[in-house]
Amino acid sequence: MSQRQQVLILYLESSALDSRVIAWASYDGSGRQEHMAGDESEAPYRTGLNALRDGWRLFQASQLLPHAGGDEFRTDYLKYEFFFEKLVNIDE
Amino acid sequence: MSNAELLTTAQMAHFAARGFLKLDSCVPDALNRQFLDDIGHVADDEIGSALEHYGRIMSRSAIPVVGAGTPLAEAYPHDSALAKILALPAVAGAIESLVGADCVLDHHFLHVTFPPRLLEKPAPAQHTHQDSTIDPRRSFDIQIMYFPQAVTADMGGTRFIPGTHHRIVSEAAVARYQNIKGQQHVVCPPGSLLIMHHGIWHGGGANRSDNLRYMFKIRLAPTRPQVRLWNVSDLDTRTPQRPIFWVGQRPAEDDLHSILTFREDWHEADTGRLEHLNTARLWRYLTGDDKTDVDYWLTRVENEQAGA
Repeated sequence: MSQRQQVLILYLESSALDSRVIAWASYDGSGRQEHMAGDESEAPYRTGLNALRDGWRLFQASQLLPHAGGDEFRTDYLKYEFFFEKLVNIDE
Repeated sequence: MSNAELLTTAQMAHFAARGFLKLDSCVPDALNRQFLDDIGHVADDEIGSALEHYGRIMSRSAIPVVGAGTPLAEAYPHDSALAKILALPAVAGAIESLVGADCVLDHHFLHVTFPPRLLEKPAPAQHTHQDSTIDPRRSFDIQIMYFPQAVTADMGGTRFIPGTHHRIVSEAAVARYQNIKGQQHVVCPPGSLLIMHHGIWHGGGANRSDNLRYMFKIRLAPTRPQVRLWNVSDLDTRTPQRPIFWVGQRPAEDDLHSILTFREDWHEADTGRLEHLNTARLWRYLTGDDKTDVDYWLTRVENEQAGA
């Protein structure tokens, strides 16, 4: 018996963990599920907090960074990124 | 005299805010069939493998090899399906409105998405990406995606995320985002076009059907400022500002400000407002009016009284 990591990445509407999910991605190290771009129309959770309540462990959150002078209105990557994990047992 | 059907102000505003236009079934069946003949399409049951079919298309296709920067008017033989499609009034009008009739071809490419039966292993969906590379321009190119055959949901039509065209990112750096609220998948009748701002995030879907899916993409670039190229007869030169926040009643959806401030389901609480600012800046470029505004977003932050 050994363990594998399942990773869930949630992008939220703001820096608050209880704000709404606007984008998401899943990567399953156990190989039980295959995910790919565009494969789901509904988010797995409504908020980041709901993922915590379902047993996902938060291990990284994006920082709040100051806006560079002259570049305050530029938009680029999704801003509020939260990485969660679960460890699952697999038979080898 | 051109028979191009220029876009309306509402259509241009939709494009400025959301970055795309869809023209369903705008290409007649006869032209779709000619295009399939031109590319060397054969009946699906005559195709033995993806490699064999791509080889046949590459060797027999009538799609010309065109140098980057060639004027669109010189890119395709006059009797070719592509020349005829681009001359359709609705298509010519959209092109003229967005990048000008004297635009140039950046590149074109025939995308073929094969069904699992023709592959050793089913191909996954393409990662989400923005084409080309980091591109911070105000002016923009368009990408025309032409679907000569019907695209059903299981054929994996192009996935795209409306409103992402203002975002300055580096091509596949956004590949991590598997699903985004509001993403759309092209499902369309034969002869449909999707016209996108070059910055729209997109990717090909996985084909789970038994049929091939073709998509021909043409990227066009302007050679002149993209200012008032559409049918501006209904454009109010200085779009009057309307009440904001405390509005009395729900604003009309067809109001120009409503179109230009369309809120995408993926918008973040704070940067969704920046998207409105960026749409307003694009609208200034398109209208040639550096004072026009959308729901006061630019006017407020430009009200500098300190003389700085």
